[in-house]
Amino acid sequence: MKKHSFFLSHLKEGLIDKNPTLIQLLGMCPTLAVTTKMSNAIGMGLAATAVLVFSNLFISLLRKFIPRQVRIAAYIVIISGFVTAVQLLLQAYLPSLYASLGIFIPLIVVNCIILARAEAFASKNPPLPSLWDGVTMGLGFTLALLLVAFFREILGGATFFGLSLGFTPIGFFAAAPGAFLTLGCVIAAVNYFRARPKKNKKGERDDA
Amino acid sequence: MLDIFVLMLTAVLVENFIFYRFMGCCPFLGVSERPDTAIGMGAAVTFVMTLSSAVTYVVYTYILVPFELTYLKTIAFILVIAALVQLIEMFLRRFVPALYGALGIFLPLITTNCAVLGAALQNVDYGYDFVHSVVFGFSAALGFTLAIVIFAGVRQRMFFAKPPRAFRGFPLTLVAAALVAMAFSGFSGFSLGNSAEGFFHF
Repeated sequence: MKKHSFFLSHLKEGLIDKNPTLIQLLGMCPTLAVTTKMSNAIGMGLAATAVLVFSNLFISLLRKFIPRQVRIAAYIVIISGFVTAVQLLLQAYLPSLYASLGIFIPLIVVNCIILARAEAFASKNPPLPSLWDGVTMGLGFTLALLLVAFFREILGGATFFGLSLGFTPIGFFAAAPGAFLTLGCVIAAVNYFRARPKKNKKGERDDA
Repeated sequence: MLDIFVLMLTAVLVENFIFYRFMGCCPFLGVSERPDTAIGMGAAVTFVMTLSSAVTYVVYTYILVPFELTYLKTIAFILVIAALVQLIEMFLRRFVPALYGALGIFLPLITTNCAVLGAALQNVDYGYDFVHSVVFGFSAALGFTLAIVIFAGVRQRMFFAKPPRAFRGFPLTLVAAALVAMAFSGFSGFSLGNSAEGFFHF
């Protein structure tokens, strides 16, 4: 029962309360770069999730063997190994996604979310919770990418998952300034809803 | 000579690393609160990126290609960059303490700056030779410095702004970045001759 509640509460933490992108503000580069299309957002999010799951698992398994002084270098080697594997798999099986994400697949290595989870969670916790932490944080990242891509694809491309919506797209939202503006507004909206006092549930939901 | 100049101008202005390629956004948004720290970060990135472009080119051309290990380039490059940053830090601390005092705190952050790894990977993807790689690394970093210093100036003004509560802090920073990006998108129409071809595939 206790285990069960840990897994559920951790899922909520990764997706909402401690969302790596929208709340912890990590991993900004891919969030700005690949969110022109929702399909790209899902591809990027799941690729990063896969790397995060495996790197968390292996860093957690090796946490007693990695000396503290060289831990960052060791983490980077582990992470870049999995990134290379994901890169080769995408190149072989999803070449169109590989082409549209381009250089941002190898750049998953320097995505701060992955290193942050390795340092903050996987290096201190047993393998199974670390694996679950990778899943939840990765899904939180995917959710944030999808949220930004939702607005940018509809406004900037006039499409929804590639289906044409039949109006003239606003090019601004597909370009760089639109990326910064959309992400800023999404984070502001998240802040707004978090700051709002909770009405419907009393007592127990009052968070500190 | 002309193509080197075109490459520089393209990397600094037209295809700025922050506003066109979205690389190096974390330090751009994180270390741009004050102009002096922005200049320090820019200088440190310029230093490391120029050197790492040279070293990764040598590693790729003379080690990875002859042994047919090019698929390991991501791992090799990140290790080279991490080692290089460590060496630069030790060298500066020992021999140029004044420069170390100015740049020291920024150096550890650079290992995970995706602009450095990104420049190294793009040099290989575009098939640049040694000179072009170094020039590309240097001018891309120059573009990064330009962007972060301009943006630090803009953020100084934001201390006096009074935005809605939800926009306070990071969201307002992003909106300000959108405005600076709009200024930079004025350059986006320029196509600078033949050697810029292949640049726009991204």
